Amino acid sequence: MDQGHRVPMIGRRGFIAGAAALGALQRPTGALGVMMRDGDEAVFTTAFPQKGRMILQRTRPPLLETPFEVFDQGVFTPNDRFFVRWHWADIPEQVDVATFTLKVHGHVDRPLTLGLGDLLAMPRIEYAAVNQCSGNSRSLFSPRVGGAQWRHGAMGNARWLGVPLKAVLDRAGVKAGTVAIRARGLDEPVVPDAPAFAKSLAIDHARDGEVMIAFQMNGEQLPLLNGFPLRLVVPGWYSTYWVKMLSDIEVLAAADDQYWTKMAYRIPDTPHASVAPGQAGYAQVPINRMVPRSFITNLVDGAQVAAGKPLALRGLAFGGDQGVAKVEVSADGGGTWRQAQLAQDEGRYSFRQWHLAAPGPAAGPVRLMARCTNTAGETQPLEANWNPSGFMRNVVETTTLTAA
Amino acid sequence: MNRTWILAIAATGLAAPAFAASDATTVTGPGGVTLRSVTVDLPQSDREFPGTDAAAINNNCLTCHSAGMVLRQPPFPREKWAEIVNKMIQTYKAPIDAGDVPAIVDYLAKR
Ligand code: HEC
Repeated sequence: MDQGHRVPMIGRRGFIAGAAALGALQRPTGALGVMMRDGDEAVFTTAFPQKGRMILQRTRPPLLETPFEVFDQGVFTPNDRFFVRWHWADIPEQVDVATFTLKVHGHVDRPLTLGLGDLLAMPRIEYAAVNQCSGNSRSLFSPRVGGAQWRHGAMGNARWLGVPLKAVLDRAGVKAGTVAIRARGLDEPVVPDAPAFAKSLAIDHARDGEVMIAFQMNGEQLPLLNGFPLRLVVPGWYSTYWVKMLSDIEVLAAADDQYWTKMAYRIPDTPHASVAPGQAGYAQVPINRMVPRSFITNLVDGAQVAAGKPLALRGLAFGGDQGVAKVEVSADGGGTWRQAQLAQDEGRYSFRQWHLAAPGPAAGPVRLMARCTNTAGETQPLEANWNPSGFMRNVVETTTLTAA
Repeated sequence: MNRTWILAIAATGLAAPAFAASDATTVTGPGGVTLRSVTVDLPQSDREFPGTDAAAINNNCLTCHSAGMVLRQPPFPREKWAEIVNKMIQTYKAPIDAGDVPAIVDYLAKR
């Protein structure tokens, strides 16, 4: 595979309008001042099961990015367009719902082996939540950093249905002295002795009543590549904690000392997880809660618009681990800001759509920015953060148009 | 690949799950929530690293992941590539012949 339909990732022109956007894709013209190497071109694929047209970052194990135009189509990301990210390539290609089990063991009174029917019979919770990769938008880091070269499409929003992790832990009877739980899925490393993917959460977080073992997203069972049949949902926190094909929960009496929690997915313990390139000797902590972001979704870089004609702008925002309090839009590169109108509130952890009718721009380049402030008063910064892993980008993004 | 079956065997003899399975391939709970067994075919990649100097990287770097993401990395200096290759060996237990490392790093640094 890895072949397929190649188009430049940046340098799309014109308004996004579903499939019409495809016709608007052109070779890059350097409008962004970026010369792209071959590797920066988006390769689209429709070869993955239960998935529509996705940007192919890697075939095995799959890294599939949501094409940006999907975010303009609504506040919920369709399951077949939801991004995919696996670390190890031994992913079961078959899951039998009659025999699948979730084990809960370790520092508990009653180790459990739960079938899917057991979980379906328990009291449920449901909410909308954004699932975003720690490295979403990594390709925009400057200087650039290693890892999957996502643009903004390693995120999605869904309505999740499942049981609270707390209820399952209570059923097992967590013993005094517990500090964390470690979650694992059915995926396995492909070489011996390599660290299997597992992530842990502090016990108080795991028992907050919101962290969910989900069996549905957007009213359907999860696509296999998004974690069928069960996925941990950790609302407000980065996707690395949302363990897919969840099959094992170990209750720990000591801090998790395994690789994926102790060594990987760590951020500088600094404001915005930001350090100077080359800086060394700073403290690090495991990546944790998300931070606010917003995007203009109906216009992309390089679009041509009519000078003097009001601009109808539309986009998405999310507050990280809080709700969206406001979205402001600037049409003059950050000089002045006007408040956008927020559409229906789907809940604290959801994307929120916004709209704004901006006055007609003067002829020439137009620099549009959208900035989200969450309900805790945290606002997106105007300056991009930087860290060597390319984590937690949430700078105010700029969309550059031409008015003529 | 089929660890589900092994888990199934391990689970036999433990408390019988209280689910209503209408047949072997679905499990249904209250409110009509139904989960259906899934079998998929994940695409494989036959993409190789291009070039006449790619033998070492093709022999060592395609076991765990296909070439796509590696080819999409931005340009890095040699030391950075050496660090990445070393991480594959030390952290992820990549079975790589030490003698091949310089040729792999050269290849990546030249891109
Ligand atoms: C033993 C398995 C294994 C082998 C063999 C392997 N890798 Fe990796 N590689 C991984 C894992 C695991 C990751 C991290 C998870 C992911 O990216 O999905 C990774 C990630 C990467 C990344 C992303 C950047 C980073 O630091 O995470 C690059 C680049 C990379 N590998 C290059 C290589 C090269 C070059 C080789 C050959 C020298 C190689 N890999 C061989 C397992 C392996």
